[in-house]
Amino acid sequence: MTAAPLQPGPHRLREMAGRMSWGIVAWVVGLAFFLPVLWMVLTAFKPESAAETWPPQFIFTPTLSEFRLVFSGMGPFLTHSVIATVGSTIVVVLLAVPASYALSVHPVKHWRDGLFFFISTKMLPIVAAIGPLYVIALHLHLLDSIWLLIILYTAMNLPLAIWMIRSFMLEVPGELLEAARLDGAGRIREITGVILPVISPGLVSTALICVIFAWNELFLALNLTVTNAATMPMFLISSVPQEGLYIAHLSAAATVASVPVILVGWIAQRSLVRGLSMGAIK
Amino acid sequence: MADVKYVSASRVYAKGTPPAVDALDLDIKDGEFMVLVGPSGSGKTTALRMLAGLEPLDGGRVEIGARDVTFVPPKDRDIAMVFQNYALYPQKTVAENMGFALKMQHVPRADRDRRVREAARLLDLDDQLLDRKPKQLSGGQRQRVAMGRAIVREPKVFLMDEPLSNLDAKLRVQTRSQIAELQRRLGITTVYVTHDQVEAMTMGHRVAVLAGGRLQQCDTPRQLYDNPVNQFVAGFIGSPAMNLLTVPITDGGARLGGTTLPLPAAVRTAAGQAGLSELVIGIRPEHLHLAAGSGALSGEVLLVEELGADALLHIRLADGGSLVVARTEGRQSRSPGEKVTLLVQPDDVFAFNPGTGGRLAG
Repeated sequence: MTAAPLQPGPHRLREMAGRMSWGIVAWVVGLAFFLPVLWMVLTAFKPESAAETWPPQFIFTPTLSEFRLVFSGMGPFLTHSVIATVGSTIVVVLLAVPASYALSVHPVKHWRDGLFFFISTKMLPIVAAIGPLYVIALHLHLLDSIWLLIILYTAMNLPLAIWMIRSFMLEVPGELLEAARLDGAGRIREITGVILPVISPGLVSTALICVIFAWNELFLALNLTVTNAATMPMFLISSVPQEGLYIAHLSAAATVASVPVILVGWIAQRSLVRGLSMGAIK
Repeated sequence: MADVKYVSASRVYAKGTPPAVDALDLDIKDGEFMVLVGPSGSGKTTALRMLAGLEPLDGGRVEIGARDVTFVPPKDRDIAMVFQNYALYPQKTVAENMGFALKMQHVPRADRDRRVREAARLLDLDDQLLDRKPKQLSGGQRQRVAMGRAIVREPKVFLMDEPLSNLDAKLRVQTRSQIAELQRRLGITTVYVTHDQVEAMTMGHRVAVLAGGRLQQCDTPRQLYDNPVNQFVAGFIGSPAMNLLTVPITDGGARLGGTTLPLPAAVRTAAGQAGLSELVIGIRPEHLHLAAGSGALSGEVLLVEELGADALLHIRLADGGSLVVARTEGRQSRSPGEKVTLLVQPDDVFAFNPGTGGRLAG
């Protein structure tokens, strides 16, 4: 009998086949999610005339004409989006840090109720709130104002940020806080000098998620702004003309609008993993 | 420098549960190295945290240097603590870690640097380590940085909560003597918590043994070993542990291992007064001597643990099958299955009340 050590046994073969079929499933699902994005990016480089053919053409002469068109009209929308996103995210972090501290490290009385209140604000359908919001904004003369968007995006992201930052703070070892107390650090020092440095990866990922949500927000912007505070998602809608072909143009605009979010998402994913695996002390 | 005093200090974590620390009375002298030792749940760490101000008192008071600090916040108690996991600030360098408390006290930078360097030298921490982050240090180095952080403050009292438990066995023994030596040199009152009775015996000037939140005995290591006040202390202090056996009382002494173990008259009187029909006797392994001849305890060797210089014999006694451990010289060791006879001096026998655990006079 000749030994054939490299020949895999039947058991091993079955294992390999099993792993391969899962691999195929993963690829199919992954492609299904990715294909529309690929189609959008490809279409963005087509002339309008070639965009709406069926079946979609994959071989064509790429053109940047639609992008040129997009960039020419995008300026104010981009500015508004950046201001509303960055502004609201800064305010969210500034408010969420002390709030999380009061709900985790030194929990206030009824901290559970507080925590539940924050998350309950996310349960109300935003459509139900839009009427009152409109009226309030009208009376405060905040309609079509970038300040209104900053306030609303802050309110929208604050609960999530508090929940996230709170969970990061709970990870900070108690001994570390006790050492700080013995060393004579007050509340402020305890937060800025001890807690924040430890949870900084978590803080970054929280901020990035807030950026993504604020950047993509459409409903509030659509209903409460017109031109003075219109954001990138509204620019996408405005790229749809009343008549004529618009698929290539829309694709180009959507591609441009997606780039920052994809970038931020990629960074957030890496720091989120780091944030969640914070084993600070040992 | 200061003495430390617990006066009926109590801590109850939750209503209806027994106190974690129950009316602790303890006087720690100026410059003394006091070790709190006990099994887990004995209240030793809670007692330390009460002194640190990290745990409020539910009764009694704590004094440092004749000043009642019961309601004084931790930072104003002039104490420094070394934590079990060191609790070094991960984002700060070694120097920043050690100087943080001074920075909080607004000590000028030059002064701060000088004191950090002095402490580092005292602990054999290289200057180049001062700029590293805790993550880049070995376990032993982290432990020394944690010590350094306490030393830099020049506090009235050092508090140490099992500071050696994260080190490997060899380093632990080495660091043990270093800490004891450092404490002697600095002369700062130290309260040291450990569950390891060897650590307690080797380091402490005096050792306070706690169990179930109550102080059992506070004395020098020698006294604890030679004169335990109750069964718990007798069994807890010493390694291998004292042999504790419940035996019936007979006319001349106690019935054990097919013979009558003579008991001192004082013990017999005390047992008679307490109306006991049996008692717990305690014999340290080194007091069970291998002997030839009769009139002694007889038994069979079950297991031999060779320690090099010594050997531990696990022996099943002839009647009743009680198990005892005897320490013999390594070269005179026996092998399993051998029949042996053991001799005990009457003075080496401790006797305890089986009901209360208290020592019977002897």
